[in-house]
Amino acid sequence: MFWGNRKTLKMNYFPDEVLEHVFDFISSHKDRNSVSLVCKSWYKIERYSRQRVFIGNCYSISPERLIARFPGLKSLTLKGMPHFADFNLVPHDWGGFVYPWIKALAKSRIGLEELRLKRMVVSDESLELLSKSFLNFKSLVLVSCEGFTTDGLAAIAANCRFLRELDLQENEVDDHRGHWLSSFPESCTSLVSLNFACLKGEINLGAIERLVARSPNLKSLRLNRAVPFDTLQKLLMQAPQLVDLGTGNFVHDPSSEAYNKLKSAIQRCKSIRSLSGFLEVAPHCMSAIYPICANLTFLNLSYAPGLHGNDLTKLIQHCRKLQRLWILDCIGDKGLGVVASTCKELQELRVFPSDLIGAGNAAVTEEGLVHISAGCPKLNSLLYFCQQMTNAALITVAKNCPNFIRFRLCILDPQKPDPVTNQALDEGFGAIVQSCKGLKRLSLSGLLTDQVFLYIGMYAEQLEMLSIAFAGDSDKGMLYVLNGCKKLRKLEIRDCPFGNEALLEDVGKYETMRSLWMSSCEVTLGGCKTLAEKMPSLSVEIINEIEQMEFSLDDMQKVEKMYLYRTLVGHRKDAPEFVWIL
Amino acid sequence: MSPENGKILPENDAADLNFEATELTLGLPGKSRVTSDGGAKLGNKRGFFETVDLNFGDKDCGQSQIDVQEAANSPVSKVQVEGWPPVRGFRKNAMTSCKYVKVAVDGAPYLRKVDLEMYDSYQQLLSSLEQMFSCFTIRNYLNEKKIIDHMNGIEYVPTYEDKDGDWMLVGDVPWQMFVESCKRLRLKKSSEAIGLAPRTPPKCASTTERSLN
Repeated sequence: MFWGNRKTLKMNYFPDEVLEHVFDFISSHKDRNSVSLVCKSWYKIERYSRQRVFIGNCYSISPERLIARFPGLKSLTLKGMPHFADFNLVPHDWGGFVYPWIKALAKSRIGLEELRLKRMVVSDESLELLSKSFLNFKSLVLVSCEGFTTDGLAAIAANCRFLRELDLQENEVDDHRGHWLSSFPESCTSLVSLNFACLKGEINLGAIERLVARSPNLKSLRLNRAVPFDTLQKLLMQAPQLVDLGTGNFVHDPSSEAYNKLKSAIQRCKSIRSLSGFLEVAPHCMSAIYPICANLTFLNLSYAPGLHGNDLTKLIQHCRKLQRLWILDCIGDKGLGVVASTCKELQELRVFPSDLIGAGNAAVTEEGLVHISAGCPKLNSLLYFCQQMTNAALITVAKNCPNFIRFRLCILDPQKPDPVTNQALDEGFGAIVQSCKGLKRLSLSGLLTDQVFLYIGMYAEQLEMLSIAFAGDSDKGMLYVLNGCKKLRKLEIRDCPFGNEALLEDVGKYETMRSLWMSSCEVTLGGCKTLAEKMPSLSVEIINEIEQMEFSLDDMQKVEKMYLYRTLVGHRKDAPEFVWIL
Repeated sequence: MSPENGKILPENDAADLNFEATELTLGLPGKSRVTSDGGAKLGNKRGFFETVDLNFGDKDCGQSQIDVQEAANSPVSKVQVEGWPPVRGFRKNAMTSCKYVKVAVDGAPYLRKVDLEMYDSYQQLLSSLEQMFSCFTIRNYLNEKKIIDHMNGIEYVPTYEDKDGDWMLVGDVPWQMFVESCKRLRLKKSSEAIGLAPRTPPKCASTTERSLN
């Protein structure tokens, strides 16, 4: 009977375990979400078999509902503050606390094994609770978080008996200089990945040496500034199997024995594919790493301002297999030319500014980017801080590299026009969106009119995230984007002349997006109120740092910062005084 | 391109422009401050090109194009815009804790840079500089047509430019104070060095040879 008419063949005939097995092959969050929407039966099977959940906005759902739906949860990723918090546009106590999540998970029967947090407030209390509540906890990844100290890390080290991964990336950690590393018991031999590069304080060198010595599975090790050259050499002797290395202090006299010892230690590490750190470095020491450069696929020198253009190019000439390069703009346009002729496999390039106080030191220009685009056809991800950009260059780049997925350009002087033609950069960015049909993320800068948004609305069909600053002439600009970009999920805007008309034209659109940020624009309190009224499924937050007394309740008042997001659980209860949820 | 779009401004325009350009406002660098009623835009960071009608892409460029160009080329006061450039706070803090200053040596073909934060004392700094520039000393000897017939090395006097723009002798103030106020270093050839023994003997073999002659 079940082999009868194909039109009536129902997948539901198959027992749950079969479907579950099929679903095991579906790992992407998007796909699993789609699977769960097919029918009730699939929803049920999918939710019991789901192990990994990604929540892009911690306020869109509650921990209780998460736990209820996915009892088999093992790995949770949570993001808290909006992206512009990275640039100090969101006050510190805005929110994004992880404690309620850990508390709820701890109370439940969930066997959490992995927790990945980004831009969240993590207290020592939460870390301690985390460390004591989940027997099988294996992996903690914290990116751009704050609120904890090395005491919290000590709790993780001491209590998570099967810890494999402790990865701290660019967090603000209060370093009590305690012996948190010594808190790893002698019985802990399971570490695969340890990254504490962002810690500012001293660490117990003996403790790290012993820890590495008893961790045969260690593949990734990123040290902080306090780890000296000699210790690095000892660590490498213990861990020649490393795949990813972040050095700490990399300064030493090149004629010394310690230096030679390090050179030979590094040469034994034949598996290193990824290199970072060099938080303190002197140019003459870099020759020690030349032997491993040939196999590197990722090189991050973006925290090493001590390396000048020549040092950088000499080094990069050894790195023919590089796929990802993070570097400072002191490499210069010529240096980027060397990258272009050496690194033919390059997929991702990030060029960070070395001069943040505007002293006008050398940076890169459109020239460097054009070199790269000509030499690296596989380039698909770019973050480029530069002195200036031209339309002609962008058009050339668009032609050379049609595969961009992420394209983020930041001209250091906001609203700077094309210096050759004095025109806005509309045509240049227009060429990018037209050529790069798979573009998912775009950040604009320079002088831009509504025209660029017309192009984005027309061509950027796959665009999911757009960041706009100091651009546009009128509401039309924002409307082009909202109407055109069907896959838009995150839109963040600062200092643009977009107002209520744009905000309110299609309120339903925001339900299809994760969030919208608008600061220093033209939207008024009245406009935000209207939006909040019409869309109860959104949470519309007004972030207001000036004194309550001064802030008038006049609907005509322009709103300094507005952040709205879709949510299934209504207004959050933990908002501070300066956040007003409409 | 019409001459109006050339980069050279007529002199009287430049004179008028500079006055306005250096006027402190809360506007963004590069933004046009010329308004139709002659008033400057004060305290309005959202005042974009509202009063200057710009027709980009319009070949018949008129006054508006010049305004943009003038604004772009004018030496505006660098107002720090909050949250710009968009660099993570963590990275900003990590970078600005470095104190890199240029080091020039009289007679050397190019400059170097040192991170003052890497040293704890004048002693460390000076010996590092000696190491860095010992090679230049050799080259100077070899390139000179004149043979220096006294037995010295060239004596250098370390000086630095402080925050006020004055050139000072290195070593007078406490180390930390020096690090904070030093903007750049210069090793000046001491004219009084002629006839005097060098403070530190040159370390390189070739110079030793010469001194032995």
